[in-house]
Amino acid sequence: MSWQDAKDVKIVTKNFGVDGSHKLSVYVERGGWQAFRKALTLAPAAVTDEVKKSNLRGRGGAGFPTGLKWSFIPKEARTVYLVVNADESEPGTCKDRELLAYDPHLLIEGMAIASYALGCKHAYIYIRGEMMREARIVQAALDEAYAGGYLGRELAAGAGGGPFKLEITLHRGAGAYICGEETALLNSLEGKRGWPRLKPPFPAVKGLFQQATIVNNVETLMNIPDIVVKGGEWFAKLGTPKSGGTRIVCVSGHVKKPGVYELPMGIPFRDVIYDVCGGIPGGRTLKGLIPGGSSMPPLDAQEIDVPVEFDALMTDPRIKDVEVKPGVPFDMGGGRRLKTMAGSGGVVVFDDSTDVVALCARIMRFYAHESCGQCTPCREGTGWLARVCTRLAEGDGRPGDVDLMANIAHGIAGNTICPLGEAAAWPMLGFLTKFRADFEQKLRKAA
Amino acid sequence: MPLEFSAQSKELIDRLLAQYPTKQAALLPVLHVAQDQFGYLPDEALELVAKTLELSPAHVFGVITFYTMFHREKHGRNELMVCTNVSCMLRGGYDILRYIEKKLDIKAGETTPDGAFTIVEEECLAACANAPMMICGNDYFLDLTEKKVDAILDDLRRRWQERQRMESPVDPNRRTLMGVGPGAKT
Repeated sequence: MSWQDAKDVKIVTKNFGVDGSHKLSVYVERGGWQAFRKALTLAPAAVTDEVKKSNLRGRGGAGFPTGLKWSFIPKEARTVYLVVNADESEPGTCKDRELLAYDPHLLIEGMAIASYALGCKHAYIYIRGEMMREARIVQAALDEAYAGGYLGRELAAGAGGGPFKLEITLHRGAGAYICGEETALLNSLEGKRGWPRLKPPFPAVKGLFQQATIVNNVETLMNIPDIVVKGGEWFAKLGTPKSGGTRIVCVSGHVKKPGVYELPMGIPFRDVIYDVCGGIPGGRTLKGLIPGGSSMPPLDAQEIDVPVEFDALMTDPRIKDVEVKPGVPFDMGGGRRLKTMAGSGGVVVFDDSTDVVALCARIMRFYAHESCGQCTPCREGTGWLARVCTRLAEGDGRPGDVDLMANIAHGIAGNTICPLGEAAAWPMLGFLTKFRADFEQKLRKAA
Repeated sequence: MPLEFSAQSKELIDRLLAQYPTKQAALLPVLHVAQDQFGYLPDEALELVAKTLELSPAHVFGVITFYTMFHREKHGRNELMVCTNVSCMLRGGYDILRYIEKKLDIKAGETTPDGAFTIVEEECLAACANAPMMICGNDYFLDLTEKKVDAILDDLRRRWQERQRMESPVDPNRRTLMGVGPGAKT
């Protein structure tokens, strides 16, 4: 199926724009909770199989196959936790917040189905602390789901599933980007500092309270009800060969119609910018874009015919390899080249009036602020990147600063417990690769 | 003087503790409850939370200082959380922050002498498609312009003054206590 055929398919935003979409009565009226009823007639393993068939991949950033992740729960696990990662804080990403506000019941139903498949009896939603309004909406929805008998009550389940009862707790964070990293999130949920854990053990084996745990993103779980009702094959067909379904793309920055759009997996960035978002305002032209949140290396204006899909952004030959210095590609290990990634779906578009060095410096200041401080390369390196890039942006650059930043970034990547190190190093190297002339021009001006 | 939780906070904490297999796991939610009641987290509040959850004050201190939403100093009644990250920066987020700073005559991180406003320069607040933006309490203020900021600040100040007149020592409407499990009032 080409991406044009899936243009009008809405799965996770199907209830957007409906009056009272956050209320249980409206949700049920529009077919809500039928998927859960169907799931309860199946064996738990059959639900996981359907998700595997769907080629659903994690929408939080890494794009890991969801069904496969679920199958990592050890068979002998006695307590299983499902944790929803609603700690959306990747700059440029604003989808989960809207999904929570408009359709919390779709998430709750997705969680109920996932919990049934996983054998989870108590699930947690870890919501970002700053999202006070969304926390109220989600808590009200949970209260309704309890009152409606969907949660906190034993329900008959067929096909050897036994009676099923689920509790869901909403847990608020308190302002730390790093808690979006799944092991930091688990530590935070346990009442500790949000410090990422060394893996292995992976959360599926030893996660929350040292028990088997699956951490899934909000958007990921909101796809589950439709997969159960319409089938994994239907979902897989909507996307590209290895990525099923649709994708939420949050477009911000220099476009005429910024917004949160549910789009076909295979849609190229060019169509997103010029068709969906109405193009660049003020008669200006495109300079580049960040394809999936600020952790991802940018694309320049010549690279936008690539689709927003996970694998394409990692491998498409039309995207230039990220370099450590001109002519020397960055090695991700084993000779693997870095292009970019689809990340969280946060597309930040910038036009030709943009001071790219200042933009990059702002990104570096963000990571310096958010580094948790456990690993020296990241704690010290992100601070160096922020200071050097900021002085360059402000006209105080010193000879050798461009190479210095590349060296520091290269020294961070691959040498930290969690991916925050790469989240700073990759865009740094990416901006230097794609917009090196802008950095050198700043240096010349400073001299 | 040692602080005590109000009856309302105690009830809330009991409900919270029932949601987790360990007392420690309730630390973040209980700290939210404490900050909602006391307005900030001085040493006395920290010790009260530590005692309630059977944790060491050092652990609680370590957690409070890790998360940006917990503060050890009194903040203004209205916390203006202004985003300046990339999406907002590209659409004038810094201009909005400077405008608010000038209008209130304080810098980001400071509180007005009357205690009405604190400005916090925030990282991305997940409303990028409506940049520039800020949050104050439960409200999102989107697609900001200087004119909009004027109206918002006027309105917040007027509501703050009305509340001052009510002269309640602990304002029951002061932020909502939420995210605390089944049955929470919203």
